[in-house]
Amino acid sequence: MKGKKRHKTVEYGKYGYFFIAPFFIAYLIFQLWPLITTFYYSTLMYTKRNLVETVEFGGLQNFINMLGLTAGERGYALIYLKNTLIMWAGNFIPQIIVSLLLAAWLSDSKIKLKATGAYKIIIYLPSVITAASVSVLFNAMFSQYGPITKTLCNIGIISSDFDFMRSVPGTRGLISLILFWMWYGNTTLLLISGVLGIDPSIYEAADIDGANTKQKFFRITLPLLKPILMYVLITSAIGGLQMYDIPALFNRSKTGYIGLPDDTSTTLTMYIMRLYSSDVGKAAAVSVFLFIITLIISLIFFATMGDKDARKLKREQKKRRKAGM
Amino acid sequence: MSEKAVMKEQKSLKSYSAAVFRQKLFRNIVCILFCIISLLPFVMMIMNATRTSSEIQQGISLLPSGNFIENWKNLMLKQSGMQLTMGRAMMNSLIIAVPGTFCAVYFSAMTAYGIHVYDFKGRKLAWAFIMGIMMIPNQISIIGFYQFMMKLNMLDNYLPLILPCIAAPTVVFFMKQYMESSLSIEMIEAARIDGAGEFRIFNTIIMPLMKPALATQAIFQFIAQWNNLFTPSILLSNDSKKTLPLFVQMLTSDQFKVDFGVVYMGLFATVIPLIIAYLLLSRYIVAGVSLGGVKG
Repeated sequence: MKGKKRHKTVEYGKYGYFFIAPFFIAYLIFQLWPLITTFYYSTLMYTKRNLVETVEFGGLQNFINMLGLTAGERGYALIYLKNTLIMWAGNFIPQIIVSLLLAAWLSDSKIKLKATGAYKIIIYLPSVITAASVSVLFNAMFSQYGPITKTLCNIGIISSDFDFMRSVPGTRGLISLILFWMWYGNTTLLLISGVLGIDPSIYEAADIDGANTKQKFFRITLPLLKPILMYVLITSAIGGLQMYDIPALFNRSKTGYIGLPDDTSTTLTMYIMRLYSSDVGKAAAVSVFLFIITLIISLIFFATMGDKDARKLKREQKKRRKAGM
Repeated sequence: MSEKAVMKEQKSLKSYSAAVFRQKLFRNIVCILFCIISLLPFVMMIMNATRTSSEIQQGISLLPSGNFIENWKNLMLKQSGMQLTMGRAMMNSLIIAVPGTFCAVYFSAMTAYGIHVYDFKGRKLAWAFIMGIMMIPNQISIIGFYQFMMKLNMLDNYLPLILPCIAAPTVVFFMKQYMESSLSIEMIEAARIDGAGEFRIFNTIIMPLMKPALATQAIFQFIAQWNNLFTPSILLSNDSKKTLPLFVQMLTSDQFKVDFGVVYMGLFATVIPLIIAYLLLSRYIVAGVSLGGVKG
C-alpha cells in the first residue's frame, strides 16, 4: 500500500514545480533581489555637492561611518539600536510576566473562570487596531494638554509643568506602554495554547504527589513552556527591532524622522526612513546592520529549537520504554 | 468512621472550597482590571470624540458630551481641501488589502499543496528555504526594493504593494500544517481516476476543504495589510493614492491638531470599523492565534 502511494506521487511529481513556482518567482523578484541589491548599495558612497550627486564605491566605509568609527561622524546606528532595545525591553519584560500569569489562570482546569472567552477576546483587541491610530491616540491623551496629563496633574501625581513629550523616560516609557498594551493579549493567547498542549497526566501525577499550585507552575508549566517562550521572545525581539509605526507617530519632530525629545526615541527603521532618499548607501548599510542582528537572533532560535526536538525525542523514548514495561 | 473525623473532613472541605472561591474572585478581579486597561483608551477615544477641544483639555471624563456631530462636520470641513480624504484613504487601503489578501492566501495554499502532495527533486530544500526565510522581515530589503521599483517606474503604483504578498512564508507554513492534519492523498487519487487535472483538483476539491484555514489566514493577512504603514509611506508620495494609516499620520499635522475634538473624531472614524469587524470575527481570530501563532 505504502509503496504504491510513493509510486503515484513520483509520477505526478513534476506538478510540484508548477505549484510552488509563483511563490518562488515572487520571492525572487520582490524580496531576494532587493535584499541582494541592498547589500550592494551599502557599499556605495553617495555625496552631494552643488546639487550634483556622485556615487562611488566605498567598501565598508558606510558601516564605519554609521558605527561612529570615523572622526566627525556620530554613531547613529548604535544610538538608535540602544533606543530601540530600551523601548523593546521596557515592553517585553512586563509583558511576559503578565502574559504568563494570565495564561496560567485562563487555562487552569482546577479553578475555572467563567468569562475566559470574553477575557481572551477583550485583551486581544488592541493588537488588531492600526498601530498608527493607537500611537496618535496615546499621543493625544498624554500630550501636554491631553486629558490624562491634565488629570494626573490635578490629582497631584505629576507636577503642573511636567510634559511627557519633553521627558526622556516619559516618552520612552509611554512607547513601551503602548507596545505592552498592544501585544500582551497576543502573547497570552500564544502561551495559553502552549499550556493546553502540556499533557494533563503530568499535572495529575503532581497532584497525587501533593504538589501545590506554585510548585506546579515553576516545576512543570514553566520548563515545558520553554519552546513557546523562546518563540515569543524571538518573534517579539525581531518585531521589536523593526519598531516603526508607534515611535514614528508618537513624539516625532516636525522636520523629519527624529524621535523627541533630543533624538532619544528614534529607532533604526526611523533612521532608514530618514535616509532612504537622501543617502541611499548609508540607509542600505543600516538595513544590512538590522539584517545581521536579525540573523543572529534567528540562529539562536534555531539552536534552541534543536534542543527542543532533542527533548521531544527523549520524552518519546521514555514513553516507549514505559509502554514496554 | 467516628463523628469527629466526619466533621473534620467536612470542615476541611468547606475551607478548601472557600479558598477556591477567594482565589477565583481574586483572579476574576485581576482579569477584569486588565480588560479595563485594554478597553479604556478606546472608551476615552469615543467619549472625547463627543466633546469640544476645551472640554477635552479639562481632563479625563467617561461621560459623553454633545459635540459629536459638530466634530464630524469639522473633520469633514478640514479634510475637504485636502487631496486625501478619509473616505478616499479607506478606499485606497481596500484596493490594496483585498487583492493582497487574496494573493497571500491563494498562492500560499498552492505552495503548501505543491510541497505537501508532490514528490519532486528539491522538495525538502524548498521547504527548508521557506522555513528559513520566515524570520526575515520585509523592512530589511526596503532600500533595494525602493530603488528597483523606482527604476521600473512603479512608485505611486499599487502593484508593488500587492504582488509581494504572493510570497508569504508564514501563511505557507500555516497552510502546510493544516494540510498535514486534514488532507488525504487517497482523495486526490480518487479525483485523478475520475480524470480531473491537477490544477482542477486543487481549485475545486482542495480549496473548498481548506476553507477554515483560508478564512483564518485571510483575516490576519487583511489586518496586516490594512494596518501597514512602513512600505506605503516609502512607495506612495502622491497624496491622493495614500492609505488609511498615512491619513492617520496626517491627523498629527498642525492643520488638525488645533482642534482636539477633530483629532479624536478622526481616530474614532478609523478605529471603529476595525473594532466592529473584530467583534464580529473575534471567535475565529482568537482560535486562529492559538493555532497559528502568527503575529500581525
